[in-house]
Amino acid sequence: MSHIKVELKKEDVAKLKEICKSFNNEPGELINVLHKSQESFGYLPAEVQEIVARELGLSVAKVYGVVTFYSFFTMIPKGKHPISICTGTACYVRGAEKVLDEFKRVLKISVGETTPDGKYSMSCLRCVGACGLAPVVMVGDKVYGRVSPDGVKDILKEYEG
Amino acid sequence: METVKLTIDNKVVEVEKGATIYKAAKKLGIDIPVLCYMDLHDLGVENKPAGCRICVVEVEGRRNLAPSCSTDCTAGMVVKTHTPRVINARRTVMELILSDHPKDCLICPKSGRCDLQDMAVKLGIREIPGQEFAEMSTYRKDTSPAIIRDMDKCIMCRRCETMCNDFQTVGALSGVNRGFMSCVAPAFEQNLDKSPCTYCGQCVAVCPTGALTEVDHTPKVIRALADPKKTVIVQTAPAVRAALGEEFGLKPGTLVTGKMTAALRQLGFDYIFDTDFAADLTIMEEGTEMLGRLGKLLAGDKDVKLPILTSCCPGWVNFFENNYPDMLDVPSTAKSPQQMFGAIAKSYFAEKLGKTREELVVVSVMPCLAKKYECQRDEFKTNGNPEVDFSISTRELAHLIKESNINFGDIEEEDFDRPLGESTGAAVIFGTTGGVIEAAVRTAYEIQTGKKLERLDFTELRGLDGIRAATIDFNGLPVKIGIAHGLGNARKLLDSVRAGEASFHAIEIMACPGGCIGGGGQPLHHGNAAIIKARHEAIYREDAGKPIRKSHENPYIIKLYEEFLGKPMSDKAHHLLHTAYFDRSKKDIFI
Repeated sequence: MSHIKVELKKEDVAKLKEICKSFNNEPGELINVLHKSQESFGYLPAEVQEIVARELGLSVAKVYGVVTFYSFFTMIPKGKHPISICTGTACYVRGAEKVLDEFKRVLKISVGETTPDGKYSMSCLRCVGACGLAPVVMVGDKVYGRVSPDGVKDILKEYEG
Repeated sequence: METVKLTIDNKVVEVEKGATIYKAAKKLGIDIPVLCYMDLHDLGVENKPAGCRICVVEVEGRRNLAPSCSTDCTAGMVVKTHTPRVINARRTVMELILSDHPKDCLICPKSGRCDLQDMAVKLGIREIPGQEFAEMSTYRKDTSPAIIRDMDKCIMCRRCETMCNDFQTVGALSGVNRGFMSCVAPAFEQNLDKSPCTYCGQCVAVCPTGALTEVDHTPKVIRALADPKKTVIVQTAPAVRAALGEEFGLKPGTLVTGKMTAALRQLGFDYIFDTDFAADLTIMEEGTEMLGRLGKLLAGDKDVKLPILTSCCPGWVNFFENNYPDMLDVPSTAKSPQQMFGAIAKSYFAEKLGKTREELVVVSVMPCLAKKYECQRDEFKTNGNPEVDFSISTRELAHLIKESNINFGDIEEEDFDRPLGESTGAAVIFGTTGGVIEAAVRTAYEIQTGKKLERLDFTELRGLDGIRAATIDFNGLPVKIGIAHGLGNARKLLDSVRAGEASFHAIEIMACPGGCIGGGGQPLHHGNAAIIKARHEAIYREDAGKPIRKSHENPYIIKLYEEFLGKPMSDKAHHLLHTAYFDRSKKDIFI
């Protein structure tokens, strides 16, 4: 696995230390610490994991093990425009997979990845409570309903430039 | 002690409360098969993630089968260990484990010594249903200087993790990812050489499959032996002779020094020498260095670096270079016996032979995998030519002997060659925890006090407890000695010294459980700590039977100083036999 090298700013390091301290630097609180860290940074780059490991007295390997076990944690920064494709039951039966495939084809990334320019990231979610509009796609906070594979390019056009 | 009574396979057994079904069955002599479970009781290591489910048993009144390795006994429990339902479940579990496991057993380095293979035989697995649909893992192979990780063969038993994290506290390995992608890896799935791995090889020693194996140097050794232009010299570490026999069906603890020497001669090595010779040399250098530092302390020098730490163990050297970069000037600067041997072989002995160092090939037989890394370190090379060319493990030597059709059982015992094959009892005990420091005491005492030791057996320094301490009276001067084996114990001891909670004059550390006898390159103990104990006792038997038992009385060591080195810590000795340590804590973890 390759990584984008991230330079953490002094205040980032201080923030991480603060998060760890709020859980008494307790190794058993690793998951909670990671939650808070991801909330704060948006993702968990290697550098963040190293600091968390040091503060909690755990090996970096252990921390990485936990980060890669839970699908909620991510080591990849979200794109400027995070795309979420609903693959809940209703969306799925109405063709969400084809929409997903089209996004993958156009953006040349898979689920959980971010385009190299950092513009788009793609994830799947299960039901946004708008099943009447299935299949549903969200870009940032904006909801698109009844999306067909043909409509994918039109959606992306809105974010160009 | 509170106990509970239960019935296993119609037999009643009483066990301590909290004991598992597996342990209770063992007490009755009932052998429940286990795969991920590992109990190294004497070392305080237990691995029971209950992950593989091979050890399931039927418990009356319980709906599902229970993993016996991690289910506590309760009063009145009725257990059946080998019912058709259980056997069926075990086979299914095994078939699932094997479904994505490579089937290249014929050429697998673990073939014949593989716990997974043995289990497949035991359970009579002949086919794997649905194999045609099964996806195979294709994880990249990671080859470090000492250890190969082939994660396609990992069954997630977590034994390596337990050794690396709980026992050694190295923290190089962890279970990562989930589902089909899960495996054991260093942080960020970097290769081992970018991790805090010390190459101690304890992960390899407990791996039940071919997922973790050593880098095999035997083909290179055979090539060197076949080259008429090369003079091939072999040195054997003290712990090898106490374990090699196990590979040939001999009882653990059988000493095979003479057989090993004869076998090496049959293999075609030109000179059969002994790392023990270099161990005696180590004592001369390290002992002198220790006395030098003690002398400074007595003279009131407050800056003197004490306690002096032994530096024979390359796993330990890697560990302190990773974890204690602030203490790099504390360990003895003496090279390890393996490297001292190579340095002397390629200078003193090469001169005697009238050959260049390039014409010599020095092979070491070691109980250790870190030695493979050690002999590749740049500071142990002259013009790119290493002091020791190849290091092979005890297991690899056994392979070589078998491959060459040498009948180890019947071979007549022979002796080492001279001069570099002569050694004392003090050198032999380098192979086990407490041995290096006992050897150092035997020599340092006599040099310091000018008196002859009345007893040579310092039993207060012996034993298998993880951390030990003793004070030896140097004729009125109390010398405080600490000993640790296992890197977790070493860390505890060092941390207490660093925090000022404990103070010692000298500390001996060995990375592996029991010292070199439990090294990562030794015959596999398959989780049986009694084997390590038997080797430990064998080492002291060898010492007791030696005519000379103090390093400074080795006549060839005396001659080496007279003819070549001058005196211990001389400029020449310093140049050839001492080294420096480096801060390796800041690894660039980014590819």
